[in-house]
Amino acid sequence: MDKSQGRTARPDAAPAAEIVTASGHRGLQTEEKLIFEQGEPGRTGVDLPAPPKVADRLNGLKRQRPVGLPGLSEPQVIRHFTRLSQKNYAIDSGLYPLGSCTMKHNPRLNEKMARLPGLADIHPLQPVSTVQGALELMDRLAHWLKTLTGMPAVALTPGAGAHGEFCGMVAIRAALDAKGQQSRKRVLVPESAHGTNPATAAACGFTVDAIPADDRGRVDLAAFKAKLGPDVAAIMLTNPNTCGLFEPDIVTIAKALHEAGGYFYCDGANFNAIAGRVRPADLGIDAMHINLHKTFSTPHGGGGPGSGPVVFSEALAPYVPLPYVVHGKDGFRLVEGREGKAEPLGRLKTFHGQMGMFVRALTYMLSHGADGIRQASEDAVLNANYLLARLKDVMSPAFDGPCMHECLFDDSFLKDTGVSTLDFAKALIDEGFHPMTMYFPLVVHGALLIEPTESETRASLDEFVGSLRSLATRAKQGEAASFHAAPRLTPRRRLDETRAARQPVLRWKPAAPTRQAAE
Amino acid sequence: MAEIRFTKEHEWIRIEGDTGTVGISDYAQGQLGDVVFVEVPEVGKKVSKGAQAAVVESVKAASEVYAPVSGEVTAANAALAGNPGLVNASAMGDGWFFKLKLSNKAELGELMDEAAYKAYVAGLG
Repeated sequence: MDKSQGRTARPDAAPAAEIVTASGHRGLQTEEKLIFEQGEPGRTGVDLPAPPKVADRLNGLKRQRPVGLPGLSEPQVIRHFTRLSQKNYAIDSGLYPLGSCTMKHNPRLNEKMARLPGLADIHPLQPVSTVQGALELMDRLAHWLKTLTGMPAVALTPGAGAHGEFCGMVAIRAALDAKGQQSRKRVLVPESAHGTNPATAAACGFTVDAIPADDRGRVDLAAFKAKLGPDVAAIMLTNPNTCGLFEPDIVTIAKALHEAGGYFYCDGANFNAIAGRVRPADLGIDAMHINLHKTFSTPHGGGGPGSGPVVFSEALAPYVPLPYVVHGKDGFRLVEGREGKAEPLGRLKTFHGQMGMFVRALTYMLSHGADGIRQASEDAVLNANYLLARLKDVMSPAFDGPCMHECLFDDSFLKDTGVSTLDFAKALIDEGFHPMTMYFPLVVHGALLIEPTESETRASLDEFVGSLRSLATRAKQGEAASFHAAPRLTPRRRLDETRAARQPVLRWKPAAPTRQAAE
Repeated sequence: MAEIRFTKEHEWIRIEGDTGTVGISDYAQGQLGDVVFVEVPEVGKKVSKGAQAAVVESVKAASEVYAPVSGEVTAANAALAGNPGLVNASAMGDGWFFKLKLSNKAELGELMDEAAYKAYVAGLG
């Protein structure tokens, strides 16, 4: 936990939190003023010629008050945004164990390929004869996704996971309607599914019927079977589920569902735990989205955009939305209307989907190979199980292991300590780590969901374990007050996150009347 | 003697004459966990039974609070804005949300008394 090396970095000084500096800065961490507070009227970083005299043609539309932009030199601007970026915590700065989010390393090779001029500088409205390489790339990506999942068709265009869910559920609605089964409106959603699943079903006009989790954190099979009926349209199941557990009854569930006339939607957000090991087609799945930004290492969490292609079974294949790539005698082309037996859903997105993410995902696939993708899944599962094994005596696992790519704890190890899951997570920030996912999934009390991903070394995991074990011990030794005060070493202490979202202060007002207001 | 009634959505209403004080039950606050935000209705707002009247947000989830019966809001608990934790500390007391002037007292008959609510919660497991 002590990261100091070499000469003593900690003389018997006061704790860092108590040192007061004249500047307000703390070491090389600056106390950054707003850009408006740094600006001076008239200062500028560019030298523009005075505009020529032209007659005012704006009539009453002429601006009445100053724009209120801050005046800064170029170095001021560069420093301001560089300092702000240094306060950010990112996957490039350290372990990012946010469960359910798969904050794995984004290989720089992906970025290099995405910046190739032949891919970065093309336009979606160019003639297809001039973008054959880009279309081939989409076709290759589709081939990899279909091969890894064993599914016959794929829709590349959905913009992210929930958009993919929408695509899949609309396809299921279309398939049911084509069979004259408009009355099938009920969608079964296990409690262990992602929260977007019931939201998607409701948004698509279905009614949501929850299936309880059993005491192993899996779908309660008996409860599932009891809910089957002639009005059931589909199940939306997440596998591995949000407890980080594989649903072992998935084949039984698929068989019973199909016999009852329903379709099987699988939330593939956790495909990164099983890619290269399990083919969803073999499990009886009809539609599944794949978060390229999670499983195939394209940037997300603010660095996005996401990308959520959906693979379809034979039954749903005719509904793949437009446009899609086909290979004909004159090379690759885009299908942008109804052709053959297809009943495309129309367009879900402008143009062809997140092309930049397609490039990155295919780069990841080709650079890793099928064996590398399989190993990435295995390492992700191994790392999560390593954490579970090293922490289970001091924290309280919600369910017995082994787990898949993430391990889940409840807050019973904090019982009677006066420390909540939130306090525990905040204290982890002082230890130099991004907190894990808290209070999700809801099926577990005070949940702490940790997903280390395959990116971490043993040493990095050990350091993280050291911090968690120390915190768990301190909580049990009655140091609740220090947890309540956490984080103490950050530029700002604990914030009222809810009020910041509910009642945000969005307008800066100058302190002195001589300053110009920001409009 | 004030009487108290509960809804299946875990609101309570304490009746005194024509006025009812509304909050969420102790069971509800326990399920929500640490409450971090409460939005109460404006005084004078007319609400109908079952309509959304307030919002409660915890570290786990944001939930709507429904009017147990129809009526007009006569008071809102301003203390919750600065101290939403009152809902956890005293769900049935200082953590009340708002007061209603009842427009249809007959609706109370559709709600549960304390014994029925206890049995209902016990059945939720």
